[in-house]
Amino acid sequence: MKIPGATSRILPAVLLFVGLIVSAVLPATGLVNDYLQFVLMSVAINAILCVSLNLVNGWMGEFSVGHAGFMALGAYASAILTVKLFPGAPSFLLFPAAVLIGGTVAGLAGIPVGILSFKTRGDYLAIITLAFLMIVKSGIENIPYTGGPRGMLGIPRLTTVAWAYFWCVVAFWVIRNLVYSKYGRGICAIREDEVAAEAMGVSTRSAKLVAFVTSSFFAGVAGALFAHQLQFINPSSFDILKSTEILVMVYLGGVASLGGSLLGAGVVTILTQCLQPLGTWRMVVLPALLVLLMLFRPGGIMGYRDWNWLKPRIFTKPRLEKSK
Amino acid sequence: MKYLAQQAINALQLGSIYALIALGYSMVYGVLTMINFAHGDVFMLGSFFCLLLIAFVPVPFWLALIVVMGATALLGTFIERFAYRPLRNAPRVSAIITALGCGLVIQNTTLGISPYARPMPHLINNVTYQFGGLTVTTLQMIIIGISVGLMLALDFLIGKTSFGMAMRAISSDRATVPLLGIPANRVIAITFALGAALGGAAGLLYGMAYPVVSAAMGITVGWKAFVAAVIGGIGNMRGAVLGAFLLGGVEVMTVAVLPSTYRDLICYSLLLLILVFKPHGLLGKPTLQKA
Repeated sequence: MKIPGATSRILPAVLLFVGLIVSAVLPATGLVNDYLQFVLMSVAINAILCVSLNLVNGWMGEFSVGHAGFMALGAYASAILTVKLFPGAPSFLLFPAAVLIGGTVAGLAGIPVGILSFKTRGDYLAIITLAFLMIVKSGIENIPYTGGPRGMLGIPRLTTVAWAYFWCVVAFWVIRNLVYSKYGRGICAIREDEVAAEAMGVSTRSAKLVAFVTSSFFAGVAGALFAHQLQFINPSSFDILKSTEILVMVYLGGVASLGGSLLGAGVVTILTQCLQPLGTWRMVVLPALLVLLMLFRPGGIMGYRDWNWLKPRIFTKPRLEKSK
Repeated sequence: MKYLAQQAINALQLGSIYALIALGYSMVYGVLTMINFAHGDVFMLGSFFCLLLIAFVPVPFWLALIVVMGATALLGTFIERFAYRPLRNAPRVSAIITALGCGLVIQNTTLGISPYARPMPHLINNVTYQFGGLTVTTLQMIIIGISVGLMLALDFLIGKTSFGMAMRAISSDRATVPLLGIPANRVIAITFALGAALGGAAGLLYGMAYPVVSAAMGITVGWKAFVAAVIGGIGNMRGAVLGAFLLGGVEVMTVAVLPSTYRDLICYSLLLLILVFKPHGLLGKPTLQKA
């Protein structure tokens, strides 16, 4: 049955595939310089971070400030793999494995945080995620194997535009299918009213755990891509400021919105690049933007809404007004 | 033994500074159930205000203390009026994010103006006393004395005056209080002013004790004080003081035994541990969480 107003399934798939081809070929054509490639990769990595944090902060309605901690775990796990353990392995095998393992390590670290979220929520959960971030950061600082506070140097430059694009699509696809599934509706129900959700038969514990683990997995993936993009990581690149940057993207783009995540990541990343001449003052502009946003448009640009082509078909609103 | 006692004095000094800051976090949480993440940066500005003041006019210590407390109190009310009050009925998350944003704006503005850590000039003549082998400086006595004095004054204000009663009333039922003719907005504004003034005093004292002032202090010291407030049970004044002295003790002992890089690790692990077993802190009263 054709629902009027609903979008086709084929068009997005074709567009995504064409995008992948373009992103793989584009660097070779020499049309985009290194700097532009760097910006494109940053947008994709930030979009992964943004959509994964949005799963916890937007769709589930909790407040996590520990996203940079998961990112750090992914970055370090993958960098250990590519720098320390298998420095000579062929990169087309090594890199996907490193990214997956980075994501897995971060995802496993998401389990204890998820378990702690069973009983605590709201402000106290925010504090727990903060403590988690600080523990990860100062824990890494005290491990000499990964260079301590000086960080890890000489990470091979394996992140390409195509890889970043690919993982970005995977993250959006998985999270889209999760939140629009029956199970994922349970995650959204936790946001609206946890007690009512539980009464309606939503297993809030498993939903919270799944949300936290998925979210931290993709944070780890983004961390791995980040490490192999910059070729250098140190603990202080994953501090509370990094978390805040991701929060700005989430709340600027829009909570509980796929399109909002993309928009937020794009706008903030490009704005950060444009404001580069301002130096430190750049970090005044971004938080100030966040405050103004909260005061005047608390949901962000597209809070709780989405573009139709990003939604599964049954969630696109049929144009019923016409038939009336 | 003597070494331990000496460390205890150091812990008392650090703990009392933490306590002053933690009280600001706890007071605001008490009346608004909101984490004022900008408070650590107000504390940091306390140090900078003092630096600015004595750079222009060489004032005595007590005058500097009063001026700094006044300035941070003004700043606190300003933030409350323009950033938090419009959001008072918005979702809690909006208020937390705004607080986080305000803190970062303050911190990075300071960083933009003064990118390097600055030395704090001496405000008082620091004399070292010996008590049976223990070393105590005038500075330590002043810090502990002023902190304890301010805490007692605050305890009196909250427990015994009509203003304190209004504050406690707001913290137990914010909707009913205005109906009873209590100017809730004014009480909340004064609470912010008081908290910020205590933070400013802590900033000045911290600058005197560890005489390097930098824009990152809001995170390195301010957030520790926040941890102290949470450990004690945020919203509970005596809990904040207890948590602060506990944290001060743990930190000083950690540094005495382990390399100082482990300080943050131990401090935040302690926080996590306490939250796991006592989710509302040591003295916090359990409220209905899932409501």
